[in-house]
Amino acid sequence: MDLINNLVLGFGVAFTLQNLFYAFFGALLGTLIGVLPGLGPVATIAMLLPSIYALDATPALIMLAGIYYGAQYGGSTTAILINVPGESSSVVTAIDGYQMARKGRAGAALAAAGLGSFFAGCVGTIIIAAFAPPLTELAFKFGPAEYFSLMVLGLIGAVVLASGSLIKAIAMIILGLLLGQINTDVISGVPRFSFDIPELTDGIGFVAIAMGVFGFGEIIANLSRPAEHREVFTKDVKGIWPTRQDFKNAYPAVLRGTALGSILGVLPGGGALLASFAAYTVEKKSKGKAGDVPFGQGNIRGVAGPEAANNAGAQTSFIPMLTLGIPPNAVMALMVGAMTIKGIQPGPQVMTSNPELFWGLIASMWVGNAMLIILNLPLIGIWIKLLTVPYRFLYPAIMSFCCIGLYTLNNNNFDVFMAAGFGVVGYAFFKLGCEPAPLLLGFILGPMMEENLRRALLLSRGDWSAFLTRPLSAGLLIAAALMIVVVSLPSIKSKREEAFQEEG
Amino acid sequence: MKIKSQKDFWSGLMFVATGLGFAAGATSYNFGTSARPGPGYFPFGLGILLAVLGALVLFKSLTVESEGGDPIGHIGWKPLALVVAAVAVFGLALPRLGMIISLPILIFMASLAGDEFKLKEVIVNIVILTVGSWLVFIKGLNLVIPLWPSFMTA
Repeated sequence: MDLINNLVLGFGVAFTLQNLFYAFFGALLGTLIGVLPGLGPVATIAMLLPSIYALDATPALIMLAGIYYGAQYGGSTTAILINVPGESSSVVTAIDGYQMARKGRAGAALAAAGLGSFFAGCVGTIIIAAFAPPLTELAFKFGPAEYFSLMVLGLIGAVVLASGSLIKAIAMIILGLLLGQINTDVISGVPRFSFDIPELTDGIGFVAIAMGVFGFGEIIANLSRPAEHREVFTKDVKGIWPTRQDFKNAYPAVLRGTALGSILGVLPGGGALLASFAAYTVEKKSKGKAGDVPFGQGNIRGVAGPEAANNAGAQTSFIPMLTLGIPPNAVMALMVGAMTIKGIQPGPQVMTSNPELFWGLIASMWVGNAMLIILNLPLIGIWIKLLTVPYRFLYPAIMSFCCIGLYTLNNNNFDVFMAAGFGVVGYAFFKLGCEPAPLLLGFILGPMMEENLRRALLLSRGDWSAFLTRPLSAGLLIAAALMIVVVSLPSIKSKREEAFQEEG
Repeated sequence: MKIKSQKDFWSGLMFVATGLGFAAGATSYNFGTSARPGPGYFPFGLGILLAVLGALVLFKSLTVESEGGDPIGHIGWKPLALVVAAVAVFGLALPRLGMIISLPILIFMASLAGDEFKLKEVIVNIVILTVGSWLVFIKGLNLVIPLWPSFMTA
């Protein structure tokens, strides 16, 4: 049994004292930076890159991996507690997680996120070990046209996140895509929409938009309401632990999320992010039981599903990195950088030339996940205490951390000003009833989408029909079109709602 | 003509204006051809698409009845101005005055935005947050943040 032999080798490497320490250190550091809004894993890993020179390749990568999923986890903590998604993949967690927190069920939400992530992490590890070789074949089949169509599907999937008008949600996605166009064109090197401001030629920071719109915009919106109508948390916190009913509701969502995340994580480009959005979509569309809390108002499935998916996706997104050397996101790009620093050429040969590194890293993912759950479950109580702090103390604190985080992104006050501007924009969105979550997704996927669109058109010599004649791409686009039809048909929508009620 | 949904009317207008703005801006970059798309290709198309969607929202806001006219409601100018100003002032002050001065300014201005301002509480909050930030960010994470004003360190 290759799988068993490989895992035995891997765990042998992971369970050395030194590697356990680095996994723990990485997970701890990752959680910390994830909880501090604005200080993301990219910045942290970039800061730590120099210190890697002193380490061996295996412990270095184990630590970086620990930071990566620790930050994923910490990011969901802030998403649930203060509605600021620390990571792009926890944007959807904020939707129902924050509502649960406001109803005094932050503990249940955090526990569901933690346990769901742990389960997904275990499955993800086994999947990487078992399927890394065959799964890379699937990723090989994806050309630029398929990537583009996949992103269209992902974005359309995101509109179901918005509970309001469909057209407005699509418009918000496109607005996000346009904001993502403020950068230097990858193909021709022309700076676009930069108004000769040098900082803008690198694009607007994701964190500046997220903090401006979700952080500052939300604070303004809260403060402009009279104190008694303010959207704060209930004082009565109902238990730290999820109830048995919560477990019953959440575990199918975790299973579905894990499956989706494992599959989508393999595709370079989307990974954990697409996985969490897709999982939320699936949960929202799948039938709930009678008396369930509606989605968007604190349904536990809306936390457990996406969290499981994003963790499974985070794990399986190591597959393209480890086997093809293609980094699916910025963190992975830094890990590739770290591997090169250590003189390892990322690519298919790593599995055979450095088996202890490859399998040790995979086993340490499981170890890191186990550590995260040990680390975080006791901390839940502390996080919840944080919520009982009155809002008049809390929001200046949120603003302080956000501002310092924004400054340290590039050691430059430009991002601080950008976030201030986006605070105004965020408040405007709030007043106009435009939901900002789709905008953020569009913004993140924008540059990738353009690159793949233009590459696909180059390959097809300007023939747009290529997107429909390639079967995989066509299938993805048809799925996207079907989603629009389903969501926009009022009869189907109301029928579904009726059906939900009648079953009760 | 009567506006039937305030929110949709203004958001439609916003989408149209932004879309046209981006499309107009994109014309200054090389559009290329479909076979060889230039840097202006994708933003131009997106800008037009956004303007069209905005027009749809606008059209709907003038034709479809909504409950109570969907008013935008009262705008909180005071928190809006103070929160944004606090962040901007922090951005300006940090490189010059250091965290030890700019963070208290930020917290003070932000606290003014609320309607439960009590000087004593704000001072306590300032002390806790400034010391905490110093411990976490500068001591703990070793981030390069100016702590003291630049004229004192120079």
